[in-house]
Order: sequence, then structure tokens, then C-alpha cells
Amino acid sequence: MKKIVIHPITRIEGHLKVEVMVDNSEIKDASISGTMFRGIEVILKGRDPRDAVLLTQRICGVCPEPHAIASVTAVEDYAGLTDKIPENGILLRNLIAGTRTIADHILHFYILSGLDYIDPARVIEYSSNDRDINTLKYFLEQGYSSPFLPRDDIDYRFDTRTTGALVSHYLKALDIYRKAQQAATLFGGKWPHDAAIVAGGVSGKLTVDKITEFIWRIEEIIDFVKNYYLPDVIALTKTYNDYLGIGKGCCNLLAYDSSYKIKSSDGNYSDVLFKGGLVNDINNYSELDTSSITEDVTHSWYNDSEPLHPADGKTKPAPNKEDGYSWIKSPRYNGKVYEVGPIASILTTYLCKKDSGIKKIVDDTLSEIGENISSFYSVAGRHLARALSASIIADELLKWAMQLKAGDPAAVEYDSSTAGGDGNGNGVGLCSAPRGALGHWLNVKEGRISNYQIITPTAWNASPKDKDMQPGPYEQALIGLKIKESDCPIEILRVIRSFDPCTACAVHMVTPGGDLIGKYRVI
Amino acid sequence: MDNKKIQTISIINIQGQNCTGCVTSTICSEYPSIKNVLLQDIIPGFKLEFIFHPNIMTASGKLAMEILEKSAEKKGYILIIDGAIPADNNGIYCTTGEKDGKKSTILGETLALSPDAMLVIALGTCASFGGIASANPNPTGAKSVGEILLAHNIKTPLVNIPGCPPHPDWLFGTIEEILTKGLENLELDDFKRPKIYYGKLIHENCLNRAYFDEGKFAKKFGDEGCLYELGCKGPITYADCPSRQWNGRANWAIGSGAPCSGCTSPEFPDLLGDFYERIIDVEVPANEKKVNEKIKIEEKNK
Repeated sequence: MKKIVIHPITRIEGHLKVEVMVDNSEIKDASISGTMFRGIEVILKGRDPRDAVLLTQRICGVCPEPHAIASVTAVEDYAGLTDKIPENGILLRNLIAGTRTIADHILHFYILSGLDYIDPARVIEYSSNDRDINTLKYFLEQGYSSPFLPRDDIDYRFDTRTTGALVSHYLKALDIYRKAQQAATLFGGKWPHDAAIVAGGVSGKLTVDKITEFIWRIEEIIDFVKNYYLPDVIALTKTYNDYLGIGKGCCNLLAYDSSYKIKSSDGNYSDVLFKGGLVNDINNYSELDTSSITEDVTHSWYNDSEPLHPADGKTKPAPNKEDGYSWIKSPRYNGKVYEVGPIASILTTYLCKKDSGIKKIVDDTLSEIGENISSFYSVAGRHLARALSASIIADELLKWAMQLKAGDPAAVEYDSSTAGGDGNGNGVGLCSAPRGALGHWLNVKEGRISNYQIITPTAWNASPKDKDMQPGPYEQALIGLKIKESDCPIEILRVIRSFDPCTACAVHMVTPGGDLIGKYRVI
Repeated sequence: MDNKKIQTISIINIQGQNCTGCVTSTICSEYPSIKNVLLQDIIPGFKLEFIFHPNIMTASGKLAMEILEKSAEKKGYILIIDGAIPADNNGIYCTTGEKDGKKSTILGETLALSPDAMLVIALGTCASFGGIASANPNPTGAKSVGEILLAHNIKTPLVNIPGCPPHPDWLFGTIEEILTKGLENLELDDFKRPKIYYGKLIHENCLNRAYFDEGKFAKKFGDEGCLYELGCKGPITYADCPSRQWNGRANWAIGSGAPCSGCTSPEFPDLLGDFYERIIDVEVPANEKKVNEKIKIEEKNK
């Protein structure tokens, strides 16, 4: 057997290493390693609970907004404000998180994954009036090529014409990413790391001109999702059709309810855009009970001699631990491996909300490419689920914006002196982040954070093997993969990038092994 | 344009304990856009070439490591580092790559690449001052780039571009300034921050300054008034956010009715107090009445 190590995996968020054992061009074993550690939950201890909203965003600069949403939800849960957030506050959070999620998905498909399928160097053969393309051509003709070249031998399959179009979309995506973040900044304050999401709602005064400006800014973003992004992903599923069968993974899916709140028939914002739950065996839906979530550290670089309650906070990093190979822990549900991400949110909603518009959008897209829902469990399927998720959110943005009421408050007061009654209590915040299920768990003692736990999407997906030697979702998606042997097989990179890794999110410290999430239930 | 007249400056961007927020911020640069920066001359006659950048380069693994080695041989590059550098345990808390079975760390890369750089830019508050990663109890011994260079007696010029995240203009504007006027003419403050961007207090140019002076303070979010009582760190934070604003001038923290969190300060996030509580134990530029009294006293003393 031959060992192949890829480190760094570039064009992702953070530091990730892949090690595979290969026999006869087939991967027999895989180990995924998160190679950077900060210990961010520790610094939250002793702080004002509201500070978590700003500090947890710093876990990740690619997807800070779901951390803001999850932590503000946990803080408001603790403070008893959950049902008091004004309509404007709910809608503004939908708009900030929705717009930034779309931007994130576009960044992932074009800028991070795109170069696995699209060869910018080929535009030299392509004749076009597109200004971006001609700028790139001139750049290449002058002899420049970084950061696109050098690269390993990659199987690029699009013809020159399609490549030209896709490269122009790659360059346009850089503009759209910026413009989407600018639009969300109208309400969020700044990108990255929003300032305006605060315990109690969203800060600031809502004016008619701001709402109007947002609507005009967002139009171009929606157009890009509908007329570039989704069609380009569909083109990918056709040209790289084999990738609808590659990188299947563990085939168990887990999603929390999304934070996008929707008005239900009773006029309250009690419905959600994407419904959480579990999917087993491709299409078997069941409800989720977060008390079944545990974290295992058997192969993570932490001391695991005794499972401790998080309040004890004794878990120490152990970088030289013999069995360890990652800073990421292994979240499990009922002891089983689960994949999270847009694929999970799309399929849980598809299977449990049969009357929703989402079912129709998914069915229409699947029939266009001649596939059924089992194809989602694949490299191309994950890209498709992500694009569908962006498209579904894009359909809601204008509706949400139109429901805003200028002049009405967007926040209620958070009173530190009365929050949590005597200043002791817990809070939980769950949401569906761009990369999947995100949970924040907060404990407060005497008005200060006594413990804070986070389980991120990439912790689920990039987790190492657990005590039962079950490989994590990335690892399972790699085992059995046929590759063209080289120093850096493209098949591996395509599988890994299809999950949209965010390793800064994945690495945490405080939570030790054991069923410490058992105290909380999703309501 | 004649290629021969263009001076190409290689950029090597390595990443320590970061959140990639410095990158997602700078790729949202408006003028120049990131497209302009990557493909065109940043200013006439000068082109930046992004030889190594983990978030945008095509190559991974061994080839990426070879690119890094090769570009380092060329000397005279600008080395950009985002994220803090964990120094405990020989830097094991952040390994960045592997070649021929040998692991590299951000600590090792910083030490190897800094001496031959024409300039090191510490991008973001983590790289500039330790930031989030070095916050109490600093579990990994995270240090700023400056601390690492000082400890190893590396004399390469260093510029800190703090901010959590830094504004894209602060990075590209500093590079433009250096290319135009020369590094020796870039004025830095005591914390090695370019004075052009970090020379003034947020408070001095804040849109709410008049409210502060007349003593009108917001008590809750959405109120009219200065955000001082809601925890604004503007009175002790140096940056040009009030005039520059964020994301193509779409907004900025205080513009969105939220307090400044003081993210460009060396003290961020530990020593600034609670984000949503009034600054404590700090002398704040006084309100109008007090300012007038101070002026009177000064006049008396003359």
C-alpha cells in the first residue's frame, strides 16, 4: 500500500491535511486532520454573555454570521428574550444571514472549488468581448500566471467555449461576492464580523431609504444565483456526470432548523425555511433529539483519560497524543456518523415538508438532470444542494425585505441586571449555517459566561475516527475512491472541497467526551 | 503598456491562527477590486504577483510546498502574514504543510521567510498584536509577528495592519503608499501602524460626536445619541472608520447603531472591558463643558 499525504489542502478555509492509503489505485483508508488550534471557547469564560455574539464570529471569517445568529439565540434564550424580538429584528437577521450565505456559496463554488473543474489558463484560446476575460488574457500573455499556475495535472473537461464562459463567471463571482456582502452590510454594519446583531435584536434605526437601497442592491445578486450559479452547477453535473456517483459518504444526514424564520398561518414567525431532522438510508426522515449528540476525542489531540462535564473544563490539548491525528473532535448522533450541510437541510425539508415550494424546486432540478434524490449523496450532488439552497434563500430575500417596517424598532432592551433572573442559567442556539448544523451552548453563572460550547458543521464532517473506529464523513467519502495515482490526486481534492471545509470553525477545546449535550433539548 | 517598464512585486501570503476574515475582508476591496489587484497593475508601473496564497492558488499539497520554497529563493518579496503565531511546543499548534514527511509550521515559515522579505506585513489584529488567538489564557502561546521577529532578531521592516478584520484599503493603500513614496517615507505610530489610517481616534471624527459633546447618550439600541453608554470603544480606538466606512461605504459599525468594539487596538479583545458596557478607568476626551474648562485652565497657565 502506498501512502499519499496532501498538506496543505488549499482553497478552503483554514488548515487541513489529508492522508490516504492507496492500493491498486483505490483508497483503502483515509485520515483527515485539522492542523490548527486556538482554543477559542476558553477566552469566552468570565465574559458578559452578550460578548459571545462578537467573539464567536471571530471563529470564522468566512461564515461569521451563523455564529452571530447561534450565539445571539443562545444569549436571548438565557435572558428570556426569545419571544420578544421585534418583527424587524427577525427579518433583518434573516436578510443579513441569507444574503451572506448566498455570498458564501458563490465564493465556494467559483473561487474555492472552481479551479478543480475550470482552467483559467485556457482562455488564451478563447475569443471574447468580455472585459474580464480580455484582462485575464492580457495578464497571461504578459507571462503572469500566479496564483492559477503552476498546478498538478487535472482533468479539465469543459470545451473552450464553456470554459471561457465559466472563467468569466469566476471573475464576475468576485464582484458579486463583494456586492452581496455590501448589501448585507447595510443592516449588519460591516463585513466580516457584523456589529449590528446584538442581544435583543438588530441595532440601528430602520429607514425607508435603507430598505429600498437593499432591495436594489440585492436584485443583481438574485440574478446571479438564478442565471449563472445554478445553471453552472447543473452544467457541472452534466459534464462531470460521474461525480454524481463519487464521494458518497456516510449517507446519514443531520440538520437543525434553519434560523430563517417565516410567518406561519397564525401570523407569528414560528415557521422556518429549512426544517431540521435526520435522514437515514437515502430517504428515511425522522425528528432530531439533540440529547443524542456526543463528542468523542479518541483520535483527537486532547486528553481523554476521564470524560468530564464541560463545567469542569479540564480538557487539555495533548499535541503529542499517540492515537491522535487531528485537532477536530468527533461529534456523533446516537453513536453514529452523520453528514451535515446544505444536502442535509435540503433533504430533511424535502422529505418532511412535502407541501413546500422547496420540494417542487428540487424535483424540477432533478428531472432536468435526469437524476433522483440519491444523487445528492455525491461530490456534484453537494454542489447542487448548495446552489439550490442559495436559490431557495434568494427567493425569500425580497419577500422579507418587503415585510420590514421603517421606523418600527428592531431590538428590545437587554437588561444585564435582570437577564436570566438571578444571572444564572443556560441558553442554546441552533441554526443551519452555510456548511450545516451549528450549535452553541451557553452556561452563565452570576451574570458571566461559565462555559461555552460549540459544535460546528465541519466538526461533524471532518471528524476523525471515533472509539468504534468509525471514520468521519470526509473519510468515508474517500474510502473506496478510485484515483489516478500522483502526489496530489484531483479526485481527493474534489471530494474534500465538495464539503466546503471550514477548519477554523471545526477546532475547539472545552467539550470533552461524554453526553454533555444531554441537558438540552430542541424545542 | 510595455511589460519591461512594469516592476513586479511578489506577494507571499502565509496563514497562522487565523479565521480567514482578513482574506474575506480584503477580497471585498472595492477600488482597486480584488480582480484589479490580481490581474492588473495596482498602480501604474507596479504589479503585485500573488505567488503563494492558500485561499486562491490552484496548487495543493507537495506542489504548493514547492511553490513556497521556490518563491522564497527569489528574495525581495512582500511577506503577508494573517493570524497569530503559536510559539509553544515549537509551533505544533499550527502546522501549515508537509513535504517529504517533514511538517512545516507557521512559526517555522515565518522564521524562514521573513529575513529575505523586503517587508513583512502583519495583516489583522491577530498577526499585529496576538488578537483573539492570544486572548487570556492564551492556551497556545500565540504571539504577534512583531514579537516573533524581535525574539529572533530579524530586522526586516514590519508594518502592522490591525483590525478585526482590517479594512481592505488599509492593506492595499499601505502597499500603494510604499510603492509611490518608498517604505522609508511611510509614517508609522508606536505600534507600527501606518498613521494615514490609524492616526486619529474614531471619536474625533464620529458622526455622533456632537451628541457626545451635548451629553445626549443612547440608552438602548435604536435610540438617538452617542453610543458611549452602550459600550462604544471609539474614544480609545485609532482608525479612520468614520470617514472611510466599510464595504464600499455601505455602512460601518457605529453607522449601524452598534458600538465600536476597538478591534484595531493592541488591547483587543481582552483589555477593553465588556463590549456593551461603558469604558472604565479610561480618560475620555471630555464633553464640551469640560473641554472649555480645560482650555481656560491652559490659558491661565500660559
